[in-house]
Amino acid sequence: MLLIACPHCGNRPETEFRCGGQAHIARPEQPGALNDEAWSQYLFVRKNPRGVHAERWCHAHGCGRWFNALRDTVSDRFLETYPMGAQPALSPESETRA
Amino acid sequence: MRRFSLTSLLSESLRGHQGWGRQWRAPEPKPRYDVVIVGGGGHGLATAYYLASVHGITNVAVLEKGWIGGGNTGRNTTIIRSNYLYDESAALYEHALKLWEGLAQELNYNVMFSQRGVLMLAHNLHDVQSFKRHVYANRLNGIDNEWLSKEECKAFCPPLDIGTSLRYPVLGGALQRRAGTARHDAVAWGYARGADARGVDIIQNCEVKGIRRDASGAAIGVETTRGFIGAGRIGVVAAGHTSTLMAMADVAMPLESYPLQALVSEPVKPVFPCVVMSNAVHAYISQSDKGELVIGAGTDQYTSYSQQGGLHITTHTLDAICELFPQFTRMRMLRSWGGIVDVTPDRSPIIGKTPVPNLFVNCGWGTGGFKATPGSGHVFAHTLATGAPHTINAPFTLDRFRTGRLIDEAAAAAVAH
Repeated sequence: MLLIACPHCGNRPETEFRCGGQAHIARPEQPGALNDEAWSQYLFVRKNPRGVHAERWCHAHGCGRWFNALRDTVSDRFLETYPMGAQPALSPESETRA
Repeated sequence: MRRFSLTSLLSESLRGHQGWGRQWRAPEPKPRYDVVIVGGGGHGLATAYYLASVHGITNVAVLEKGWIGGGNTGRNTTIIRSNYLYDESAALYEHALKLWEGLAQELNYNVMFSQRGVLMLAHNLHDVQSFKRHVYANRLNGIDNEWLSKEECKAFCPPLDIGTSLRYPVLGGALQRRAGTARHDAVAWGYARGADARGVDIIQNCEVKGIRRDASGAAIGVETTRGFIGAGRIGVVAAGHTSTLMAMADVAMPLESYPLQALVSEPVKPVFPCVVMSNAVHAYISQSDKGELVIGAGTDQYTSYSQQGGLHITTHTLDAICELFPQFTRMRMLRSWGGIVDVTPDRSPIIGKTPVPNLFVNCGWGTGGFKATPGSGHVFAHTLATGAPHTINAPFTLDRFRTGRLIDEAAAAAVAH
């Protein structure tokens, strides 16, 4: 079980959290204007990196608030948490492993 | 290949079994192959085997970064069944099950396929209705599946507690009698031996680091830790690492990789006659021929390549096992492990072409790929040999996520797969 640092509550066990999957996927402003390919990318295609991954977490059984996190998917170590709507201080792509 | 037979067994027994020799070679990679398969698990080895045996294409290499069968093939809970809801899935998994039924003979290798029956338990009204719908759909597809009352479940699997004091009491179950288990290592070894005997090169400790493409964008070979290997066609069969490999050819996949765990108990005398799975409480159990209870747990909630999951995931499954089978509460667990499974949005596999010419992919088997090993290899070999999908894997395209023709076994199969 992971120990996750909620930015509002501090370190808490993983079972208090829900992982919301890949972060920074913005719903298209005008879905009707998208072709099938672009809509498919938005709905289904995910980065799934072997390395640093930006993802959303919700402290569901705690403060109930959402936040973003950078986590290494090889070691499962959390590198950073940051508020919804913000960008991480570290760059996920630069640290993605081959 | 030296065939296993009564005569060879008798002659070897007189020589202290010193003469069997290696079951497959350890060749140096050639500069070029007609087909290169990336990933030496069950699906990749089966693909190579059927390329050679059905299509006569023997200039084939299977590249494996570790050792064959060391990934998910050797980590799964070996359950085989074909009672899927949708026609497309039913055809694919039933194709596999029919191949399983003759596999040991075909490979001349004992894969220990045991049709002991898989019983799926229903714990609420929705389960009952959904499973009965499965039973009827399966029958229309010519697949055996039958509804059992809870008393019939108890008769089929005596360790099961059907009392009313359970938090989620058993209301009945769907039984596929032709379903069962097989020895996972033997499946990899049997296919490797058969493919090798037909001229396929199985190259272990050879990791693919890049996919080389020509000016037109077509794939022409792979960069590996043992140098460049040219290929007429490339088939990527790499389970949890498919996204990483396909990114080397600039193909973004609708996949997410999750750790899936399993565990085994200490070995005991035969106490458990079948396979029982329960989607509602997430229990998933059988007994291996060695005597260990083999228990499948769920996936973690986050993507990971760590090959280990959270202890609370296995605990959750064991809670359900202890509730359903009180006699196992004092069993000790020996080992637990994880594998990385690649999950698609509709929980059905992707078997076919990619946007890159000469690059093909067989992935997305998620938490339940072992059961499909022979069928998956058979139809993927057809796809690689002819450049076009077999009728059975034609619906399982990568393109279905654009066209919207999903095969949504996520809803149909609930959890355990």
